Amino acid sequence: MIQAILVFNNHGKPRLVRFYQHFPEEIQQQIVRETFHLVLKRDDNICNFLEGGSLIGGSDYKLIYRHYATLYFVFCVDSSESELGILDLIQHLLIFFLIAPKVFVETLDKCFENVCELDLIFHMDKVHYILQEVVMGGMVLETNMNEIVAQIEAQNRLEKSEGGLSAAPARAVSAVKNINLPEIPRNINIGDLNIKVPNLSQFV
Amino acid sequence: MPAVSKGDGMRGLAVFISDIRNCKSKEAEIKRINKELANIRSKFKGDKALDGYSKKKYVCKLLFIFLLGHDIDFGHMEAVNLLSSNRYTEKQIGYLFISVLVNSNSELIRLINNAIKNDLASRNPTFMGLALHCIANVGSREMAEAFAGEVPKILVAGDTMDSVKQSAALCLLRLYRTSPDLVPMGDWTSRVVHLLNDQHLGVVTAATSLITTLAQKNPEEFKTSVSLAVSRLSRIVTSASTDLQDYTYYFVPAPWLSVKLLRLLQCYPPPEDPAVRGRLTECLETILNKAQEPPKSKKVQHSNAKNAVLFEAISLIIHHDSEPNLLVRACNQLGQFLQHRETNLRYLALESMCTLASSEFSHEAVKTHIDTVINALKTERDVSVRQRAVDLLYAMCDRSNAQQIVAEMLSYLETADYSIREEIVLKVAILAEKYAVDYAWYVDTILNLIRIAGDYVSEEVWYRVIQIVINRDDVQGYAAKTVFEALQAPACHENLVKVGGYILGEFGNLIAGDPRSSPLVQFNLLHSKFHLCSVPTRALLLSTYIKFVNLFPEVKTTIQDVLRSDSQLKNADVELQQRAVEYLRLSTVASTDILATVLEEMPPFPERESSILAKLKKKKGPSTVTDLEDTKRERSVDVNGGPEPAPASTSAAVGPLPAFAFPNNPCISAGGFEFVCKNNGVLFENQLLQIGLKSEFRQNLGRMFIFYGNKTSTQFLNFTPTLICPDDLQSHILGPSPHRHITKPVDPTVDGGAQVQQVVNIECVSDFTEAPVLNIQFRYGGTFQNVSVQLPITLNKFFQPTEMSSQDFFQRWKQLSNPQQEVQNIFKAKHPMDTEITKAKIIGFGSALLEEVDPNPANFVGAGIIHTKTTQIGCLLRLEPNLQAQMYRLTLRTSKETVSQRLCELLSQQF
Repeated sequence: MIQAILVFNNHGKPRLVRFYQHFPEEIQQQIVRETFHLVLKRDDNICNFLEGGSLIGGSDYKLIYRHYATLYFVFCVDSSESELGILDLIQHLLIFFLIAPKVFVETLDKCFENVCELDLIFHMDKVHYILQEVVMGGMVLETNMNEIVAQIEAQNRLEKSEGGLSAAPARAVSAVKNINLPEIPRNINIGDLNIKVPNLSQFV
Repeated sequence: MPAVSKGDGMRGLAVFISDIRNCKSKEAEIKRINKELANIRSKFKGDKALDGYSKKKYVCKLLFIFLLGHDIDFGHMEAVNLLSSNRYTEKQIGYLFISVLVNSNSELIRLINNAIKNDLASRNPTFMGLALHCIANVGSREMAEAFAGEVPKILVAGDTMDSVKQSAALCLLRLYRTSPDLVPMGDWTSRVVHLLNDQHLGVVTAATSLITTLAQKNPEEFKTSVSLAVSRLSRIVTSASTDLQDYTYYFVPAPWLSVKLLRLLQCYPPPEDPAVRGRLTECLETILNKAQEPPKSKKVQHSNAKNAVLFEAISLIIHHDSEPNLLVRACNQLGQFLQHRETNLRYLALESMCTLASSEFSHEAVKTHIDTVINALKTERDVSVRQRAVDLLYAMCDRSNAQQIVAEMLSYLETADYSIREEIVLKVAILAEKYAVDYAWYVDTILNLIRIAGDYVSEEVWYRVIQIVINRDDVQGYAAKTVFEALQAPACHENLVKVGGYILGEFGNLIAGDPRSSPLVQFNLLHSKFHLCSVPTRALLLSTYIKFVNLFPEVKTTIQDVLRSDSQLKNADVELQQRAVEYLRLSTVASTDILATVLEEMPPFPERESSILAKLKKKKGPSTVTDLEDTKRERSVDVNGGPEPAPASTSAAVGPLPAFAFPNNPCISAGGFEFVCKNNGVLFENQLLQIGLKSEFRQNLGRMFIFYGNKTSTQFLNFTPTLICPDDLQSHILGPSPHRHITKPVDPTVDGGAQVQQVVNIECVSDFTEAPVLNIQFRYGGTFQNVSVQLPITLNKFFQPTEMSSQDFFQRWKQLSNPQQEVQNIFKAKHPMDTEITKAKIIGFGSALLEEVDPNPANFVGAGIIHTKTTQIGCLLRLEPNLQAQMYRLTLRTSKETVSQRLCELLSQQF
């Protein structure tokens, strides 16, 4: 079971926090901090697994994480999950989180230092909805990309029909679906991202 | 402020987030947040009704504030209002808020549950999905109470859409996790099993997760899932990479589902049906074969997915532990991964190999990789990986390689990360003890350990080295010499001073002949460390000094001078002062004979489980360590003792020496399992005393005759056995007076070679787990002896066998189908699996052995009634041996949870 999904930046600022096991709020904050300190001291390009911190339950739990650009994506899981499976799941989510929301925004200001990180917080609700299509109550609900995209498209259609938001998201998602996504490099520097975005925006 | 796109929905939210990001200080941020909170609060409280869009915006702001680590104590009501909206977007954000900011206000929960109920009944799949997500994400007990009945229905209903089925399966799983008692098994279980055949792979995946969790507690109920899972797996594994279309992930067919299916199969022993078994073996072979094929893609996703399946297959092979051919192949595959350039694969390979090392079939194969693993320990950049390497070295250690492994671990310890030092220390100490062929090596290893990582050497480690040195006279001289040399170092760790002080105090005389280590030199050496040590160590050294007074009369005056000095006699610490005063007095008034008696060498310590092992188990959880123990028992030779650990242990205190900073508290036998199935025998024996038992039980009453035999030719004086019963236990198994106490007191003197008898009456008032303790104190020669043993009074003694027909048996079996009533244990056979012996044990356990009841003649079935004063508890049991895997599965069903639990525990120990 997945105990928690934590996303924070290089300074430990939480950007997405989702607990699937009930912890009081202040403990949640402590877990984020503890986890941040555990992964921060690790070099890049070493193993993506480590034993959980004491607050989350120690060596019975594993932290499986990836470090992308300015963000750490950490899954805290128990022994019933496959490490490599979860690692791929993070990859899945990244594609959605880092690229899909980017096309929701029509223009990207050049002065944004760390684009992907901001996307997460400016589209907090979207990010949660995408996550819900993938993980539910600590279990993986769906792994089929097309199925997930279809669900998100359906959501967007509903939104559109209610006239709330622009039509951009739906088109954006289908754009994501149709492009052959390059593998995300381990360390994207910001310059790269800014270059990629115009590539994507032609689909909008 | 960065530009915010106009096209996007909530401008106010974007502005707020940007404001927060622009705050220069924490104070400014808090100020801005408080301003916003006040604004939202007033908007929520205001007279003007808010439209859905504004509510949505404010709820988003609250979520963001919560993410930053601020408590949110309002807004729940608005979120609940959003739930009842008919607009999808409003409902969606309402559910999101409730799931992230879980609140336990009961009034609120009632409202939320109401909204969920409406959505579940709406037949709108989108709304149903949202509601199920909310239940699964919150997963509280109140929700389980409200929906545990409804969700299974949705799950198995014929007209439920696939996506809703998927959500319902995971939702039910979550409810079962939080409140298993509220999710009773029922008709739906068999239909859930058939979801494994569903067309939609997403549904199959969710169902597999659900079944895996349910099957762990109710294996019988979900037994049929094994063959379905095997055939599903087989279809996936043998499919071409295009067959499964969307579920093919980078050329790997349905990797996630394959992993889940392989996990499910790990809840069960190898399939009994040869056809299913053959098909599974074929699948596993195919997976292993595919690992050798060239990769179909260079992408990391391809190799990750492929290897995720492979590792899970290897786990299953290890779990079954029955096909030597597959085990060896698995081991070779892991061996390849040990040298893989991907760190993640090396990590996982080390981890899997650890479990493989405890299998008989593959232990030798694992050992061939020792050099690679040692190399990993030296060269890996990542502490996680190095830690796994340490674990594996520990698991693969046996007599043949112990010296090499211990040496490598010691040298690694010098540079090891602080976080794992303590664990390595424990492991080195255990291996050194377990596989020592030569005690000199053992002593050297432990002293090295203290030298290298003194701070991480816990009390248990140095207690243990002293226990062993005291119990083995062939190593005492060497130990004294070695500690003496080690203490020469200008700076040595305090733990070394403790060990040195203790050992020289006992055995310093063995090296005193050499002028380089004459008594005075020894004393001066120890005393030079005295002032740098903490109080407990100083107290220990004072005890060493008084022992020196006895061992070496020539240093008596020197020591008396030290004891007499103000820094000792007037020490601010009470313990030190008292020792100094008492020891000084003792050395002045006592005659040489008295001194010799009082300060006699410590008698051997009772044999007991290594306290270090106990500590490691505590640290790492019992499973990892015990497995290793069980499988390696035959191979290992314990430094510490004979082949069988004594059933109980004595503790002998030496004279009036006050607290010799040493754990000599009486140790109580936790075992006594050999008496579970028999009533007569020898309960305890040491060099002095033998305790025999004869007992009889009828219904809830019992009588036990205890025989005390004096094995020596000298009288025991002040012989006093006492029965110690914790209060709660007394009320459980010892009835009110006159049954409460041992009926006949025993004569306080027991002549040499004589035997005395005592009777204990027992009444079982209600069911219990703990047994009473018999404590015996007596004086033998000059010393006071103290023995404590557990009396083998176990719950099954109050069994009355019941004969019944097959039909009756299964009818009752079904009646006891509540999950709490059943307890099951799957375990490895500890003794040869002999049918006749097993039958005798079940009868000895007290239940009736029912022949021709179980359709499978290899299984054993029993029934009986436990009699207590207050109630009678009907018990059914079933034992299924699996000769191939050398495993048993034991299932107990009784009307009372604690009884099922206890009986299962007791009986599992017998096979």
